[in-house]
Amino acid sequence: MSLLGIDQTQVQRLRATADEITRSLAPLLRAHTTVTVERAVLRLLGVDGVDHHQVPLPNVVVNHLREKAGDGAAAAVCAAMLHTGASIGEVAEQVARGELDLHRLAQVPEDEVRALGHELAAEGLARIRANVREREERISRLPVRGQPWKYVIVATGNIHEDVIQARAAVRRGADIIAVIRTTGQSLLDYVPYGPTTEGFGGTYATQANFRIMRAALDEVAEETGHYVRLVNYASGLCMPEIVVMGAFERLDMMLNDSMYGILFRDINPVRTFVDQFFSRMVDAAAGIIINTGEDNYLTTADAVEAAHTVLASDFINESFGLAAGLRSDLLGLGHAFEIDPDLEDSFLLELSQALLLREVFPDSPLKYMPPTKHMSGDVFKGYLMNAMFNLSGIWSHQGIQLLGMLTEAMHTPFLQDRFLALQNADYVMNAARHIQDQVTFRPDSLVVRRAHEVLDKTGRLLEEVRGAGLLEAISAGWFADISRPADGGKGLLGVLKKSGRYFNPCKSVLAVQLGLEKEIDTWI
Amino acid sequence: MDLNLREIRPYGDTLSDGAMQMSFTLPLPTGPLAKEAALRFVRRLGLAEADVVHMAELGEGFTFFIVYGKTRLFIDATDITVTAVESDVWDRATCDEKIRELFGRKLRIVGACIGEDAHTVGIDAIMNMKGYAGHYGLERFSMIDAFNLGAQVEPETLLARALEKQADAVLVSQVVTQRDAHLQNLTRFVELAEAAGVRDRLVLIAGGPRLDHKLALELGYDAGFGRGTFAEHVASFIITHLARSRGSSGSKG
Repeated sequence: MSLLGIDQTQVQRLRATADEITRSLAPLLRAHTTVTVERAVLRLLGVDGVDHHQVPLPNVVVNHLREKAGDGAAAAVCAAMLHTGASIGEVAEQVARGELDLHRLAQVPEDEVRALGHELAAEGLARIRANVREREERISRLPVRGQPWKYVIVATGNIHEDVIQARAAVRRGADIIAVIRTTGQSLLDYVPYGPTTEGFGGTYATQANFRIMRAALDEVAEETGHYVRLVNYASGLCMPEIVVMGAFERLDMMLNDSMYGILFRDINPVRTFVDQFFSRMVDAAAGIIINTGEDNYLTTADAVEAAHTVLASDFINESFGLAAGLRSDLLGLGHAFEIDPDLEDSFLLELSQALLLREVFPDSPLKYMPPTKHMSGDVFKGYLMNAMFNLSGIWSHQGIQLLGMLTEAMHTPFLQDRFLALQNADYVMNAARHIQDQVTFRPDSLVVRRAHEVLDKTGRLLEEVRGAGLLEAISAGWFADISRPADGGKGLLGVLKKSGRYFNPCKSVLAVQLGLEKEIDTWI
Repeated sequence: MDLNLREIRPYGDTLSDGAMQMSFTLPLPTGPLAKEAALRFVRRLGLAEADVVHMAELGEGFTFFIVYGKTRLFIDATDITVTAVESDVWDRATCDEKIRELFGRKLRIVGACIGEDAHTVGIDAIMNMKGYAGHYGLERFSMIDAFNLGAQVEPETLLARALEKQADAVLVSQVVTQRDAHLQNLTRFVELAEAAGVRDRLVLIAGGPRLDHKLALELGYDAGFGRGTFAEHVASFIITHLARSRGSSGSKG
């Protein structure tokens, strides 16, 4: 039943418009690969480790290939394996030591290269599938609590300190632990290696750190009786590689937006669109719930005026996600509670938006972000704002509730801040558990009128974007008031035109797994 | 009220009662020992009548406390001097009018969040059209051309863009950093401007929640703005400072 009187045929029309917008980019995606997609493919095929300068071996190989990476890094590496009889790891190490030149290999029959590539890709996918089965087995034994899932962050910079903070939060009822990355990692064009104990405002995302936190959460879950979901951040210049690493270490969620990097990290648009598609195919195979970053729009633009840009972006993220094989229940579409608290009826506007998102995406576990922009050093007011956010969250049945910290505007959370946030959410959500079933809104109420207004504006914006083109809309600053031209931004040099011989063995293996055989050739 | 400025202490409900509240965590498992430790700790802070009003288990051997107590310490308020930005604060319309009058052209202001800091909330609040809390940003001022370069801008890039735009003033924002990286970034920008011989041509302003005017002056800036700053504070300072340093003939431009 619709609380807001939302017309689902109107919603379907918007969805169709979003599909047209994303599909118009398909030829661009299809024509390009990127250095990080190629490195992600190598990781999936089994390349890992670093050289004596601490440069990750996937980077060593792709750098060595230079423009030849436009044939697909897997092609050269598989040819070298057939040639030398070495394993893929040995091939990478020989390249790193300067003992093997992938530009000077004698011809190997192409069908043999492809067969070997597909074999290695299938092995990589089997590793990921084993993690999916293990997750299912653990969840059946250690059931997760009902939604909204309580999501808290740890961000000490030291993975071992993060473990202590995460375990404490889990014991106090956290369902999801996110390890915030160190400031600036999104702009590194490589993924650091090994466990790390130094970070700025967060902890490096490395595969070893993923493994350490995964083990700690699995251990504490056995005590609490509830599986704990682990989150990390795939956004940035290494998006697909970090997803592969997360899939190998059984992460459950990944921040994996289709436009965030463009808007908020000034990463080249083509690079981001190409990277997000392959990333999300891996997410889908790994059963990883993606989180999208629409909350960030409201930190730069005004939450009342820009509400429709959030919804429009959610439609676009959904469309790209579904095309890459993600099911609706793996789409943690983002939005946020960021309206100026001094505005009259601000809570009603927030509630309207949250209910609207819920009705538009009924099968997706929406990711609801707490107040940040209007949080100040007044921790008492901040705590109260977080309570209102929690009320809106339980009322509108959000999927993933990122709990606000009362010290949001000051520092990364203290141990006690996280405890207070969980206590706040438990109280409010328990006290108002069934409020949605109890309350209806008058058709002429502010809540209903506002929802229709936002939905209508979203429709108009999507139509304008369809008319102008998504790249042009981003370039004109229609999202988040930020302008990003398609030929600018970081990581542009890592965008490569695919050659006629281009080979990515993971593409067909993943497409079969995800049931995308028919459409995949239009996208990548 | 018999207020003695030479003996100022916190106020609960009676003048000079010294009442304070605080909350903190100790790395001790919850129980009578932890509670006694918290009590002794706040006594060592100089609080009398200390009372642990709340104790909660945080897990992993940590305990959270809320404590009230009364201090006998005091501050002599007549013995304090503060370094604050000294400039009148005018509203937007007045700022525009002053610029027209004093300089006869638009002022150009370039701003960015430098280094690895990705948090634009501060620079956006000051510069973007919308501003913050009902106070419009510099982009809204008709006599100001404001260029907000956003986050993670290298100090070198900021300086290059400022020179390219022939900026009158540069705003440097630092919001979230650790281990004093914000101080290094801020210092680096001033050093670059000095090395390029353009320091005196620019009004340099530092902003961020961990900055104040005194610190900004020490780092070589003309002003520093912390929490609670709006665009009109920054604009008023720039106008005042430029008028003072260039003379108020209004002939330059």
